[in-house]
Amino acid sequence: MRISVTVNGERHDGDVEPRTLLVYFLRETLGLTGTNVGCDTSSCGACTVLLDGQSAKSCTVLAVQADGSEVTTVEGLARNGEWHPIQHAFHEHHGLQCGFCTPGMMMAAVGLLSEDPDPDEAGIRLALEGNLCRCTGYQNIVTAILAAGKKMRAAEGEN
Amino acid sequence: MATAERFTGGGVLRKEDPTLLTGQGTFVESITLPGMLHAVFVRSPFGSADIGAIDAEAARAAPGVVAVFTGGDLKDEWAAGLPMAWPVTADIRIPDHWPLTPDVARYAGDAVAVVVAGTRAQAKDAAELVSVDYDERPAVVDVERALEGDAPRVHDALEDNRSYTWTLSNGDVDAAFDKADVVITRRTTQPRLIPNAMEPRAVVVQPVPAAGDFTMWSTTQIPHISRILLALTLGIPESRLRVIAPDVGGGFGSKLNVYAEEAACLALARRLRRPIKWVAERSEDYQATIHGRDQIQQLELAADSEGRILGYRVKLLANMGAYLQLVAPGVPLLGAFLYCGSYGGEAYHFECTGVFTNTTPTDAYRGAGRPEATYAIELAMDALAREIGVDPAEIRRRNFLPTGDMVASPGGLQFDTTDYGPNLERALDLLGYDDVRAEQAARRERGDPRLLGIGISTYVEMCGLAPSQVLGSLNYGAGGWEAATVRLLPTGKVEVVTGTSPHGQGHETSWSQIVADRLGVDFDDVTVLHGDTAIAPHGMNTYGSRSVSVGGVAVHQACGRVVDKGRRLAAHLLEVSPDDLEFEAGRFAVKGVPDRSKTIQEIAFAAWTAHSLPEGEEPGLTADAVFDPPNFTFPFGSHLCVVEVDGETGAVEILRYVAVDDCGNVINPQIVDGQLHGGIAQGIAAALYEEAAYSEEGTLATSSMLNYLVPSAAEFPSFELDRTVTPSNSNPMGVKGIGEAGTIASTPAVMNAVIDALSHLGVTELDLPATPERVWRAIRSAKGGAA
Repeated sequence: MRISVTVNGERHDGDVEPRTLLVYFLRETLGLTGTNVGCDTSSCGACTVLLDGQSAKSCTVLAVQADGSEVTTVEGLARNGEWHPIQHAFHEHHGLQCGFCTPGMMMAAVGLLSEDPDPDEAGIRLALEGNLCRCTGYQNIVTAILAAGKKMRAAEGEN
Repeated sequence: MATAERFTGGGVLRKEDPTLLTGQGTFVESITLPGMLHAVFVRSPFGSADIGAIDAEAARAAPGVVAVFTGGDLKDEWAAGLPMAWPVTADIRIPDHWPLTPDVARYAGDAVAVVVAGTRAQAKDAAELVSVDYDERPAVVDVERALEGDAPRVHDALEDNRSYTWTLSNGDVDAAFDKADVVITRRTTQPRLIPNAMEPRAVVVQPVPAAGDFTMWSTTQIPHISRILLALTLGIPESRLRVIAPDVGGGFGSKLNVYAEEAACLALARRLRRPIKWVAERSEDYQATIHGRDQIQQLELAADSEGRILGYRVKLLANMGAYLQLVAPGVPLLGAFLYCGSYGGEAYHFECTGVFTNTTPTDAYRGAGRPEATYAIELAMDALAREIGVDPAEIRRRNFLPTGDMVASPGGLQFDTTDYGPNLERALDLLGYDDVRAEQAARRERGDPRLLGIGISTYVEMCGLAPSQVLGSLNYGAGGWEAATVRLLPTGKVEVVTGTSPHGQGHETSWSQIVADRLGVDFDDVTVLHGDTAIAPHGMNTYGSRSVSVGGVAVHQACGRVVDKGRRLAAHLLEVSPDDLEFEAGRFAVKGVPDRSKTIQEIAFAAWTAHSLPEGEEPGLTADAVFDPPNFTFPFGSHLCVVEVDGETGAVEILRYVAVDDCGNVINPQIVDGQLHGGIAQGIAAALYEEAAYSEEGTLATSSMLNYLVPSAAEFPSFELDRTVTPSNSNPMGVKGIGEAGTIASTPAVMNAVIDALSHLGVTELDLPATPERVWRAIRSAKGGAA
C-alpha cells in the first residue's frame, strides 16, 4: 500500500505491505535504526516515538495507520545540531547505561513533558510504566526528566 | 606516580552517551549486509519429545525461502558440540548438546529446524509451514522430582538426572554442631529468573568463502571466549573467525554464553556462502536464552547461646536445565564460599548437586551464585536474631569478621580487606534505624494495619574474577587475567585497547579517566577500543564484576610501562639519567630544573620518527600489559530496606531503601551509583515480582513480557546511597568491582523487611517472590486461618 509519512520533518512516500509495523517501516524502509525493538508484546516501550506529537509504541501501529501523520524519532530530537534538553539531561544525570531503551525512554519523556511540563517524581514514575529499563533502576532517568522539565520551563519563560 | 588525579573520582560525563542519545548506536539488529539472508528457527513446543519425520516441503516452496535444514541435515557441520567450560568434578556428566537437536527435544524451545529466506517475514511465514512429527514424552521440571528413581530421564544416555555433586569442607563441622546451643535450619528456594537484557539476542555472520573467513557480530559479553569455542564447534581455524560485539544492549550474564544460534548462523553462512542474520523475538528469547537461579537451599547454622556462629552446613540442588551451558555447573561454586557471608565461625561444609530437567538451561545471571548464598545466610541471620532475642543489627555486630587485611573466612578464602562494623553503623545512622524501630513498635502497639518492617543485609561478595591459578584448582577451563594495550599515537592522542567487553558499564569513560590521570593527558584525547577480536587480540571479557579490578588494572599497568619507556626516551633527549626525571601532569622534567622538560606528546612523536633513540630501544611509544590478580576482591556493604505491608491485602510497598557500599577506590562515582541503582532494582524485582514458571509438561508459563513481570519505574522508590572506602589489596589501584553488589544485597534486604513486618504475627518464613497473594496467605495462616 502507498503511504506518505512525515518523519523528523521530512516527507517520505513509500510502498509497504499492509502488515508492516511502523517501527519496521522506520528501521528498514527509512533506515532510521535509532528506534529499537525490545519485545513482541508492546510491553517494553523501546520503540516509542512521537506520532503527531504524542508518544506511541511504534510496534503497535501499522505503517499504513501512520499515513498522513508526523512522526518524530530519536534521530529528530536534536534541532540544527543542538541537542534537545532531554538528551542533555540524560547525559548529565547518567540516565542511560547500555542505551537500548534510551531512545524510547526519551521519546516517552518528551511526550510526558508536552502534556505536563511540571510533573513530580511520582507522576514521572507512573507515566513511564510502559517503558522498561533493566540497567538504571530508573532513578537517574527520573532525575533526568525532572531536570529536563525544569530547563524547558525556564526556556519557555524566557520566550 | 606523582601525577595528580584530575579525572579519577568524578567530574566527567560518559563518552558512550552521544552516540546512544542520538540513535547512532550500532546494535546487531541494525547491521545489514548485501545479499544477507534471514534465519528463523523452528523450536519444540514440548518440554520433552522424540522428533519423528520433519516435512519441510511446503516451507521450501514458500516465497523467498532459500533453504530449510533440520538438526539431522546440519549434523556434519559440527566438529564438536556446544561448549561447556566448567567441568566442576572429574565425574561430571556432560550430555551432548547440538545447536539443532537431531533426535530428542529436551526443553520447550530446543531448536529442531531452521528456515533461511530473503526477509525475516518470509522466513517466519515459512517456519510456520514446517511440520514436525513430535512424539511427546513425560517431562520433569522440578529438581527434587528429577532426582527420584522413577523420574523421567532428560538424557537417555545417562542413568539418571544427576550431573554432578561438588563439596567443600573447612574445619570440623560436626564438632561445631555438637557443641552448639542453638541450631537454625532453613530451607529456601531461589525462583528461576529470566534475565531480560533489554536488547534481545541477535547474530549476523558474514562469510568470505574464497578465504575461508568469517566475521560474526553478536550480542555477546564475551567475543574472545566465543571466538575460541565457536572455532572448535565449527572446525573453523580460530585465526579465520573474527567476533565483534558492537553496542550491546545489556547482558547481566545472559550474553555470557556460547549459543546455538551463533553456531547455527556460522554453519548456515558456510553452507549457503551468504551473510546470515538472526534476531530473537522477545518471547523466543525467553526460551532460547539462559535463565538464572533456580536452586533449593538447605542452610544450617550452629551458634552459641549469645548467637555467635560456630559452624555452617549447606546443601544445594541446582537446576541446570536440559543441557549444560557455558559455565552453568560453576555458578553454585561462585556462591559456595559465601554462605558464611561477612561472618566468622570455625567450620564450614558445602555440598551442591547439579540436576538436569526439561527446562531452558540455566547459567550465570547477575551475581551468579552469590545472590543465592547471600539470600540464604542473610535470612538465616535474621532467624538467628529472632531465636536469640536480639536485634538483627546486633546479631551481625556479634558475628562480623574482624577488621583487617587477608582475613580468613570460614569458607576457606582470605578476604582482601574487611571493615564491616563502621559500614553498618553508617547505614543505620543514615536510615535513622532507632526511629524506624520506634515507629514500628508504635504501629504494632496501636494495631495499625499498615505493618512496618525493616530488613538488613550486610553482604560481602567475591568478584574480580579471577586468579587463574584458583580457577584452575576449581577446574574452570580458562584463566582469569585481562589484557590491555596503551598506544601514544604520533599526534599525541592516546589509543587504548582493552580485553573487556562492555555492554552498558561505561568502560570507555572509566578507562579514559585511568589513562588520562596516569599519563597526564586530556580525558578527551583518549579513545578506548574494545569488543572486536581483530582489534583486541587478547581478552577475557566482561562478567563477574571483573572489568575494573582486572581489566582496568591492566590498563593502569600498561600506562606505567608507557611512562617507563617515555622516561628513558626523554632522558636520552634531555641528556640526563632517567633517574633525574620526574613525571608529572604529562611532562618529564629534570628534577630541580622544571623548564628542562619534554611532554609525553613530544616523546610520542620522537618515538615515532625514531631519529634519535637510546641504544636498544624500539620505535613507538606503546605498551601491553596482562594483569592476573593474586586474589579475588571482596566488596561489602549494608543495605537497609523499610517496607510497609498492607495487612489486609498483602501488598508490599518499599518506603525507603538505604545502601552503604564499599567497592574500594572509585574511578567514576556516577557510574558506580548507576550500577548500584540497577543492581538494587534487579534484586528487588527478584524479591517482589519475578518468577519464571513451568507447567509439569515443561511449558514455560511465563512465556512473554505480558506474564513475566519486569518492574517499571512505578514499582521502585528512589534509593539512598552512601559509601565507605576500604581499598582492596588485590590490585595496585585498590578497586573492587560494583556490577553485581546491588543485586546480591537487595533481595535479602527486602525479604527480611517483609518477614520483619509480619514477625509479630508469627510469620518467620516466606517464599520468593513476596507477591501480595503469598504475603496474604502467610498472614492468614499465621492467624490460624487456612493458608
